[in-house]
Amino acid sequence: MNEHIRALIMIIIMGAATFATRIVPVLIFGRKDKVPGFILYLGRTVPYTAMGLLIVYCLKDVSLLAGTHALPEIISLAVVTATYLWKRNTVASVALGTVCYMMLVQKVF
Amino acid sequence: MRIGKKECDAAFRASLPIMVTFVILGSGYGILMEKHGFGPLWSVLSGIIIFSGTVQFVSVPLLTGGSYLMAAITALMVSARHMFLSLSMIGRYRSEKRGKWYLFYALCDETYALLSSDRYPEGVDISGYRILVTLLDQASWILGSFLGGVLGRHLNFDSRGIDFSMTALFTTVFIQQWLDAKNHFPAILGLVATLICRLLFGRELFLIPAMIVIIGTLTVMRNKLEPEGGAGDE
Repeated sequence: MNEHIRALIMIIIMGAATFATRIVPVLIFGRKDKVPGFILYLGRTVPYTAMGLLIVYCLKDVSLLAGTHALPEIISLAVVTATYLWKRNTVASVALGTVCYMMLVQKVF
Repeated sequence: MRIGKKECDAAFRASLPIMVTFVILGSGYGILMEKHGFGPLWSVLSGIIIFSGTVQFVSVPLLTGGSYLMAAITALMVSARHMFLSLSMIGRYRSEKRGKWYLFYALCDETYALLSSDRYPEGVDISGYRILVTLLDQASWILGSFLGGVLGRHLNFDSRGIDFSMTALFTTVFIQQWLDAKNHFPAILGLVATLICRLLFGRELFLIPAMIVIIGTLTVMRNKLEPEGGAGDE
């Protein structure tokens, strides 16, 4: 039973830390009646920078020099890009890209 | 806030790629939890309290060992990017009433990708739509982790590479933003600055320097990017 209490406390601590990262900016900049213009400016521009950041974050363990030389990633990203430009269908592009990647890492490389 | 059939339809359609991915990735988490001796209800509890895929995966080995302090520091480091995302949603969510705190608490990368685009289906109530999208994403993650915990032992499915679906999702959003944007500087900045920081600082530490470089560059470039100065603030 002690182990369960320990696990529960662990989940609560990590949940609180995660919640803090999501809420602290709001508590600092979002409480006033008027949100500062600079924060609104970041709101308009950051989303366009954030996707690049998240893509690199997802690929952080990939190496061009070692292992598969990032070939599964490059090929699958090309599939995602080409199909999205062609059909503009997120579900189809994500599904095709993921299936392609899984085949490549499981069967080919 | 209005939540009617129209909002439900629109939110479901927009969230579908995220929901499918979350059910699958969530089940991967549920299976891992099960292997460490934590059943499906533990996964559900964690999905409600933590609700961050990366933090939840990292938390699994810590549940049985490891110090509370290290766990807190790890969670802060892994989810520091949320500060970056929340910061840029303050303007969008400022007029939200009842749902505001839920929207921030459950703002994961994928929900952010969808709701920071400001592309709303025509005629829907924006508040209701935002709540439903956020809720559907979280519910799918929790459902997936529950199913993984229940079925995990009976499934014999090689899921290696399945997490590429996140990369693929962010890539489609990146392309759509590229097509929509007049100025491509922010998109290039995000990609290049993060890449350079990844090479300079290594895989564990690069995110925080990358966010500092991005915000710093945007600050310096404000007059170039928005020469009219603050237009569109209201």
